[in-house]
Amino acid sequence: MAYDKFTVLKSTAVPMPIENVDTDQIIPARFLKATERKGFGDNLFRDWRFNNDDTPKQDFVLNNPIYSGKILVAGKNFGSGSSREHAAWAIYDYGFRCVVSSFFADIFKNNSLNIGILPVTVTPAFLDKIFTAIEADPKAELTVDLDKQSITIDATGESESFDINSYKKHNLMNGFDDIDYLQAMKEEIAAFAEKSLY
Amino acid sequence: MSQVPATLFDKVWDSHVVRKIEDGPDVFFIDRHFIHEVTSPVAFLGLENRGVKVMFPGKTFATADHNTPTINQHLPVQDPLSANQLKALETNTAKYGISHWGLGNPKNGIVHVVGPENGITLPGMTIVCGDSHTSTHGAFGAIAFGIGTSEVEMVLSSQCIMQPKPKKMRINVNGRLGKGITPKDVTLYIISQLTAAGATGYFVEYAGEVFENMSMEGRMTVCNMSIEMGARGGIIAPDETTFAYIKGREKAPQGAAWDKALAYWKTLKTDEGAAFDKEYHFNAADIEPMITYGTNPGMGMGITGHIPAAENGGGSKASYEKSLEYMGFAEEESMIGKKVDYVFIGSCTNGRIEDFRAFAQIVKGRKKAEHVTAWIVPGSHIVEQQIKDEGILDILTEAGFQLRQPGCSACLAMNDDKVPAGKYAVSTSNRNFEGRQGPGSRTMLASPLVAAAAAVTGVVTDPRTLMA
Repeated sequence: MAYDKFTVLKSTAVPMPIENVDTDQIIPARFLKATERKGFGDNLFRDWRFNNDDTPKQDFVLNNPIYSGKILVAGKNFGSGSSREHAAWAIYDYGFRCVVSSFFADIFKNNSLNIGILPVTVTPAFLDKIFTAIEADPKAELTVDLDKQSITIDATGESESFDINSYKKHNLMNGFDDIDYLQAMKEEIAAFAEKSLY
Repeated sequence: MSQVPATLFDKVWDSHVVRKIEDGPDVFFIDRHFIHEVTSPVAFLGLENRGVKVMFPGKTFATADHNTPTINQHLPVQDPLSANQLKALETNTAKYGISHWGLGNPKNGIVHVVGPENGITLPGMTIVCGDSHTSTHGAFGAIAFGIGTSEVEMVLSSQCIMQPKPKKMRINVNGRLGKGITPKDVTLYIISQLTAAGATGYFVEYAGEVFENMSMEGRMTVCNMSIEMGARGGIIAPDETTFAYIKGREKAPQGAAWDKALAYWKTLKTDEGAAFDKEYHFNAADIEPMITYGTNPGMGMGITGHIPAAENGGGSKASYEKSLEYMGFAEEESMIGKKVDYVFIGSCTNGRIEDFRAFAQIVKGRKKAEHVTAWIVPGSHIVEQQIKDEGILDILTEAGFQLRQPGCSACLAMNDDKVPAGKYAVSTSNRNFEGRQGPGSRTMLASPLVAAAAAVTGVVTDPRTLMA
C-alpha cells in the first residue's frame, strides 16, 4: 500500500512517558476483525483512551487538547508483543508519521517502516530532554529530518542523530515499498527456489 | 579445509539469503509460510490491488484459529465480523490454491500446534507467519519468526521478505530441573532475568542439559516465549528427540527423502568456538514454579517469593507502580493464597498433549474449586483426540471440568472467551498485558501445573504441595 513520502517533519508532539507500551494497548485484539485496512485510528489506544461506555478518559494524553501533532514520543520498549501490523496502521491512521522512543520492539519497527512511519531511536537522555521540552511548552516543536538523520528540539536547538539503513531511508524518502523491489527480482528468486531443499 | 566456526543460526540464515543489499536488509527466502484469518486478509487485498499472484501456493498453509469459537464449532459463527474473516480466509486460499484447514476440518487448530504435529515444520527451514509466536517452530532447529501483514504480502507474492540479520545470543541452562518445574517455568524464569526487552535485536539459541533433556512439546513452549523477552526468535539444535518426533508425521519426508534430510539435519548444530554477541548461563536448580505479578511477561517470580519492591522491579518506578496498580497487587506481597477467578489452559504456548497430562496429574482425584471458571482448550483436534484417547478427559470430567474445542481462545480473547474486568486469571498463555484476556482482565502467567493447582484450590498455590 502506497504511503506519503517522508522527508522533513516539523511538528508538535504528543508525550507518552510510559515504558513497555505493547501492541495490545495500541490496538486491542477485539478490534482486529476487519478484512480491510480502514478505521483503525478510531481504536488507537482504545482502553486507555475510552471508558467502557465509550466516553473519553479525560486524563489520557490523546484526549488532552493541549497536546497534538504528527509525532508520538514514548517511553522505552515501545511496540512490544504481538506482530499485528494493525498497531502501526492505527498510529498512521490517527495521524502520526513518526514515533520517537529510546528503544523499539523489532517487529513493530519493521512494520512501521513498511507502512511509512518513521521510528526514531534516541538516547534515554535525549528522550528526557524531549519530554522536558514538551512539559515546559506543549506547543514545542520537533524537527525530524530524514535525509540528515537528525531530530531537533526547535526551542533549544538541541539535536541528535539517529540510525536508519540507507535502503529503508531511500524507500521512505521516495514512498517505495519492499514489494516493488521483490517483484523486480522474481527470476532470481525463482532460480534460488529451484535449489531449495524444501 | 578450515572454516570459520558458525552458529546453528548462521548456517540456516546464510543458506537462505537470495541477495544481500549493501547497508540494507537481506532478501531472505522463506520455506514455509503459515497464515491465519486475522493478519492475512489485507495482504490478499494488496495482491489484488497490485494484480500479483501467489508465487508458490504450495509453500503456504492456512488454518483458522485466532477468531474461532471454542464451543459449538459445528454451528455458524455468531459474530458477523469473525465470520467474515473466516470466510475471507476460505475464499482467498481457494482462489490461490493454498491448503486451508478451516473450522470443522479435522486438522484444524492453532497454527503453531498444527504445523509441527503434521510434519510441516522441519529442521533447517525458514518459517514465518503473521503472528509473533511463530518463534515456536524454532524448537525444531528452524529459523522461525513473526511478521507483519506487509511482509505476509511479500511472502505470498515473492516467497521472500527483507530482513536485517539479527544479532546472536545463546542462553545456556545446565543442571537438572526439580520436581514440578516445567518448560514454562524455565522460560518465565529466563524472561524474568533478562526482562521483557532483554533480547530485543537478537535471535536466541537455547543450549545446555535442560533443553537436551526436554521433550519437543517443552522445547516448543520455550521457543514460543522467546518473543516475550523481545527476541526475534529462539532456536534449539535438532537431535534424536527431534527426529523421533518428526518421523512418520504426515508431511514429513519418507524413505530416501527422509535419509537425505536426516543427513542434513545432523549438521545443524553450532560449531565449537562459534561466536555469539551475547551469552547467558543459568542453573536449573535456581528455577522454581514461576508466576507473573505484573503486566509484562518479564514481571515474573518464583511462586514462593514476594513481589519485588519498585526499586528492584527494573525500569521506571512510575511504569512499575502503574503495572501493580492495574493488577491490584502491592510491593513485597506474597502471591501464594491470592484468589483466582479464572483458569485457562491452552494456547500455542501450553496447548499440547504434555500440558494436559500435567494438568490432569494435579486435578486427578480432586474437584474444581466452585468459584473458578476454567477454560480447558486443546491446541488442535489432534490434541483433543489424544486427551480423549489417554483417558485425560475422564479425569477432567470427574473433577468437574469441561473440555472445549481448539483455538487461540482466551490467550488473546478475540472470541467470546473473555475474562471480565477486574477478575484474576491464572493462564498458561504467553502474555499478561493489560486487557489481553478481555478489557480490564488481570492475568497471572504460569505453567499447566500451577494452573491446575489454582483450579482445584481457587487460590494461587505451589503445585509441589499437591504432588506425591
